[in-house]
Amino acid sequence: MKKNVKLKTVGISMYLLFLIASFIFGYNPGKEIAFNLISFLLYMLKILPCAFILIGLFEVWVKKEIIEKHLGEESGIKGYIWAILLAGTIAGGLLVAFPVAYSLYSKGAKLSVIFTYIGAAAICRVPMALYEASFMGVKFTAIRLLVSLPLVIIASILLGNYLSKRKYKMVEGK
Amino acid sequence: MYSIYIITGLILLISFIINKQKTIKAIKIATVKFKKIFPTFITMLIFVSIILFLFPDEVISNYLGNSSKFISVLLASFFGSITLMPGFVAFPLCGILLTKGVPYMVLSAFTTTLMMVGIITFPIEKEYFGVKVTIIRNIISFFIALIVAVITGIFFGEIFQ
Repeated sequence: MKKNVKLKTVGISMYLLFLIASFIFGYNPGKEIAFNLISFLLYMLKILPCAFILIGLFEVWVKKEIIEKHLGEESGIKGYIWAILLAGTIAGGLLVAFPVAYSLYSKGAKLSVIFTYIGAAAICRVPMALYEASFMGVKFTAIRLLVSLPLVIIASILLGNYLSKRKYKMVEGK
Repeated sequence: MYSIYIITGLILLISFIINKQKTIKAIKIATVKFKKIFPTFITMLIFVSIILFLFPDEVISNYLGNSSKFISVLLASFFGSITLMPGFVAFPLCGILLTKGVPYMVLSAFTTTLMMVGIITFPIEKEYFGVKVTIIRNIISFFIALIVAVITGIFFGEIFQ
């Protein structure tokens, strides 16, 4: 683990040095990479703090029994519907969905529901789907959603059952 | 974009009025969780910045517009898997490609892999799910995207003419 951290520090320092040198010597590819970094960093810093505050509030206010009842082992089909509805309103896509999924999991949601949630957060966020339809047409978006959602649910159930049998647990303490 | 600030602010305010201690605890939880994952985010951003430099929009459009349909679907899935693009950039790009005559099925493969398969988000995903499950989930998502692309092609009459 320590070696890993060292390697990372060296890598990041070299990367930063390269960017700084690019600016000093006017090396364009380096400047472009720096520009990419900054624009994405700003984009994420806009979304992530809100997302994590909402996750914090979720952890404090929502009782474990509620999540277990609606998204847990006994939830049945309703669990998947809840997962899709929850995912449909999320902003920020997968990057935000991972920590949220983790909180849901630690409150007792079952694995297949978690994977459905992640898949749905990727493909069927409502604001994004509307935006997509305005560029690609309603037919395109409708086909994409109607085909991918059932596939996501089926794959999630298969993966969830497979992992539950193998006593899989998510990484602890995140 | 700003609506998320307003919503978060309102919820935070309501929470604070109902229970001050719980709200402070929530903010503490948020800070701890954010700090834990932040270094991984930085690593990911570094990869993003390099990959976007190697495969800028123009290169992607070039490849998707100039090959045969099926090769384009595979290329599109590849580009979609390795890049990370917010929707507000990706869909206008696809809209432009559409007017340039790129088939719907190719764009479907591109957008679906873009959203579901994250080679770049791998470091983050594995922090929560572990390496093995992250790989499995991404492979499954890749195939789902291919199936979606083929069905899109059938519905738009691009496969069986």
